[in-house]
Amino acid sequence: MTVLLFTIIVLIGAFLAGLLGSLTGLGGGVIIIPLLTLGLGVDIHYAIGASIISVIATSSGSAAAYVKEGITNVRIGMFLEVATTLSAIVGVVIASYIKADYIIVIFGLILLFSAFMMLKKKIDHSNNEKTSVLANYFKLNGSYPTENGIKQYAVHHVVGGFAMMFVAGTLSGLLGIGSGALKVIGMDNIMKIPFKVSTTTSNFMIGVTAAASALVYLHKGQIDPAIAMPVTIGVIAGATIGAKILIKTKTDKLKVVFAVVVTILALQMIYKGLTGS
Amino acid sequence: MSKQIKHYLGDKDVQVILGTLLRVGVILSTAVVLLGGIIFLTTQSNHSVSFSEFKPEQTKFSSVAEIIVGLKNMDGLAIIQFGVLLLIFTPIARVVFSIFSFLMEKDYMYVIIGTIVLCVIITSLYLDIAH
Repeated sequence: MTVLLFTIIVLIGAFLAGLLGSLTGLGGGVIIIPLLTLGLGVDIHYAIGASIISVIATSSGSAAAYVKEGITNVRIGMFLEVATTLSAIVGVVIASYIKADYIIVIFGLILLFSAFMMLKKKIDHSNNEKTSVLANYFKLNGSYPTENGIKQYAVHHVVGGFAMMFVAGTLSGLLGIGSGALKVIGMDNIMKIPFKVSTTTSNFMIGVTAAASALVYLHKGQIDPAIAMPVTIGVIAGATIGAKILIKTKTDKLKVVFAVVVTILALQMIYKGLTGS
Repeated sequence: MSKQIKHYLGDKDVQVILGTLLRVGVILSTAVVLLGGIIFLTTQSNHSVSFSEFKPEQTKFSSVAEIIVGLKNMDGLAIIQFGVLLLIFTPIARVVFSIFSFLMEKDYMYVIIGTIVLCVIITSLYLDIAH
């Protein structure tokens, strides 16, 4: 394949990944990796390197739009980033010692899980009972603006949430993904943070976490400029347009279709990893 | 209550600056990647590529030092990697900025927490793991 053809195919694929990723909230990484490995026969190591760049691009791009609404809890983000950045590096180290086929299988399983989480109805567990000693000590409780004025919320189960972020960070480093689905479980279900706050805060964390593992991947030679170029441009263009469409349209049906596509990709990845082909 | 509103507004200013920082970072790095891509494609678009096997020793510009050397020669691939570096540093700049805003709020606990996060990231810059 010539450089030009490869660039064009990846550019189109990355554009679609960025577009669908931002419309469905799934992020770009989960589509970039199957596209490169299953579609173009790219080795998983390069695919992970390209994916981690796309994760930073989508995270920073959409965060720029989010933070203006003023609902990111920077303290929660910074506090949990201690767990996610440390564990991201642990994940990259683990990736150096296990067989690539296992990484592909784990990726497939996470992909299945993400598809499931995308369709699952979210329940807001937030309340304002400031009972957690750690949440009070680390000043994690906060407030956000609603139509009826400023609403207070309390953070719960800090240790459990921190542990969940450690898992999310490890997988992020191991697979080159944002681990958005796991971060949502940690923040919404365990720490009981309201959606409006958890979505943007998790996005903030995803970029910082990915930056930590991206630097290690760069040194390991997994970020090839010839792949990174079309991936970066395509994903950013797709995510920017996606964010604009998202304001005007409902995405419920799209999510169902997309979940089916992602499930098929996940099964293919698992098959590829198990058979080594 | 009035103290809370004031606190919230202060945060809002910080958030607006943060949003601008992120947008500038993303636009700037995309522009640099695009420039490098154009130079790369105009010189090598007919070369053949294959990434079916992972050969880390063949990956060009896989360290900050190599990227800087390549930039001096206006190498397309080096410019792309420089853009990628800018993109990686965008969220890191956000952490640095947050540390300063905590410092201004005299919230020293979070100055320390932010510094820990920054140290972990800086460590990753120097981490050299065997392939």
